[in-house]
Amino acid sequence: MSSADAPAPEATAVEPEAEPTDDIRSGLLATLELELGEAIVESHLKPGIGLWVRVTTEAWNDAAVAARDKLGCTFFDFLSGIDWMPSPFGRYEVADIDTEVSLAEKVAAARAADRISGYAGGDTRFQVFARVVNVTAHHDVVLKCDVPEDTLTVPTWSRTYAGSNWHEREACEMFGIRFDGHPDLRKLYLPGEFEGHPLRKDFPLLSRVVKPWPGIVDVEPMPGEVAADGDAAEEEVDG
Amino acid sequence: MTLTQRDELRAYAHHATDARVNVELETEGMTLNIGPQHPATHGTLRIVAKLDGEQVIAAEPITGYMHRGYEKLVEVRTWPQINTLVNRIDWVGSFSNEVPFILACEQLMEIEAPPRARAIRTILFELARIANLVLFAGDMALQLGAQTAAMYAFRDREYVLNLLESASGGRFHPNFDRIGGLKDDLPKGWIDDTRAALVKIREFCDEMDLLVTGNEIFEARTRGVGIIPADVALSYGLSGANLRASGIDWDLRRDGGISGLAYDDVDWKVWTHPDGDCFARYWVRLQEIREAAHITEQLLDKLPAGPIMAKVPRIVKVPAGEAYVETENPLGAMGFYVISAGDLGPFRVKIRTPSFNNISVASWVMRGVYVPDIVTILASLYFILGDIDR
Repeated sequence: MSSADAPAPEATAVEPEAEPTDDIRSGLLATLELELGEAIVESHLKPGIGLWVRVTTEAWNDAAVAARDKLGCTFFDFLSGIDWMPSPFGRYEVADIDTEVSLAEKVAAARAADRISGYAGGDTRFQVFARVVNVTAHHDVVLKCDVPEDTLTVPTWSRTYAGSNWHEREACEMFGIRFDGHPDLRKLYLPGEFEGHPLRKDFPLLSRVVKPWPGIVDVEPMPGEVAADGDAAEEEVDG
Repeated sequence: MTLTQRDELRAYAHHATDARVNVELETEGMTLNIGPQHPATHGTLRIVAKLDGEQVIAAEPITGYMHRGYEKLVEVRTWPQINTLVNRIDWVGSFSNEVPFILACEQLMEIEAPPRARAIRTILFELARIANLVLFAGDMALQLGAQTAAMYAFRDREYVLNLLESASGGRFHPNFDRIGGLKDDLPKGWIDDTRAALVKIREFCDEMDLLVTGNEIFEARTRGVGIIPADVALSYGLSGANLRASGIDWDLRRDGGISGLAYDDVDWKVWTHPDGDCFARYWVRLQEIREAAHITEQLLDKLPAGPIMAKVPRIVKVPAGEAYVETENPLGAMGFYVISAGDLGPFRVKIRTPSFNNISVASWVMRGVYVPDIVTILASLYFILGDIDR
């Protein structure tokens, strides 16, 4: 039942929702590897859950074409970006006005800190990821690619999937990632004169910088807990 | 049910004649601004349409009047707090917003809700769908000038909202779903009340069939208007009834392989329509109300006993990893791509909302239609503003 070398997986991957085995997803991966070759940097397969494939920046649109034409993933689900920098402001549990460290120092520290990366890895701060689905054979793939630090530009998908037009506009204003060849990268949500890219981790959430989260101030011990070490009790996992 | 070739040719002839008349008269182009505050946009969507006479040359939806930045806000919330936020994305579909997010968290934590919680979740999910789609049916008729149907819709939606309220305490924002189960069990007498309400909903569907579906004016204004072919619908990522009205048989309730809901235990039908026009979208949604009532009734019949909450730590920490769960919401496929770093809250959440994709096709489908059709197409694509802007 392996569709490892089948050019049209719709024919072989019958009813994957009935028994989501590895076979189908590893077959998808094999088809993509056959098509893209060296362009696949890394992949991650979670049996019965999903398939993540990271491709090189140059092959970003080729990967979309391969997924659409070879895997039959004609349904465009979404496209967006990720900023892998650790948040300089933590979870905003302490208001910034209460500390001596300035915003700029925090951002510099976060830039220097170690980055984490998700499934299928990543080498750059920003990543672009998208998901496409085959609606007849019911399988899907999440594609990822790194965004070069110097240019912050990746090829556009808007000629492959018409729906990615708006998604790329959103990713552009929210992360500052440019999409090479996009017909019209105007802002989608934000007003025209808005400065900065709100979903970047170093863009402070102003309401939290000037005032601490009220929920944190009101921490009360649960009945039966010792009031003195409220912080310690909060961390305790009450299984 | 498809358009006959004669009708199609007549439509082309109309367009050609109009184009020629406009060239002969040298009519000047005009820009028509609809919204941001316009009843047809039920919310604050703005449409800028360039007109040539009565015909639309180009139309573009402009969004962002209600952008609330949920993807940023969730990064400073803890896992249980996010439930409150996502409730407000599609405010008419209330409970159905919470489910994909909770399921994504459950997938990462590798816990599963007990069978009773899964069944009640599915029941509430379908009730939210009924509340949402009943309003659609009324609203669609209202946009085309039929006031009565909208009044009926508001009247009958109330039965469902009362049920949601008595179960969860919230009419529009239930905040009832929890990681690992549900907040509470159902109140006493709720099941009988639900059965009674479903009878009313079925009557509403029949009333709509009598009032609207076969109505000559309604058919004239919706049949053959705003046709979206299947390949265009797919490449724009249209989902839900909009996709099924273009003839694609895809429903995440049946095909999604979602473990936290009880759709596999019931018997129901996925409706599609081959036309892809405004009428098809209306018709498919009307059938979906009936199917939702059908699913709910079956689940009420075999509601399993047992706990409604799995064993979950009091302080929720989701293990590091990525998960994407998409469910078939009233408006279409809604998904949450959750990236966790093992913290008290998420590292990043990408919210995939159905209306965002559904409305991005508007500028494609509105090219060449007439001005009154803008309203018909918007009504039939059916979007909720909070679901576009997030």
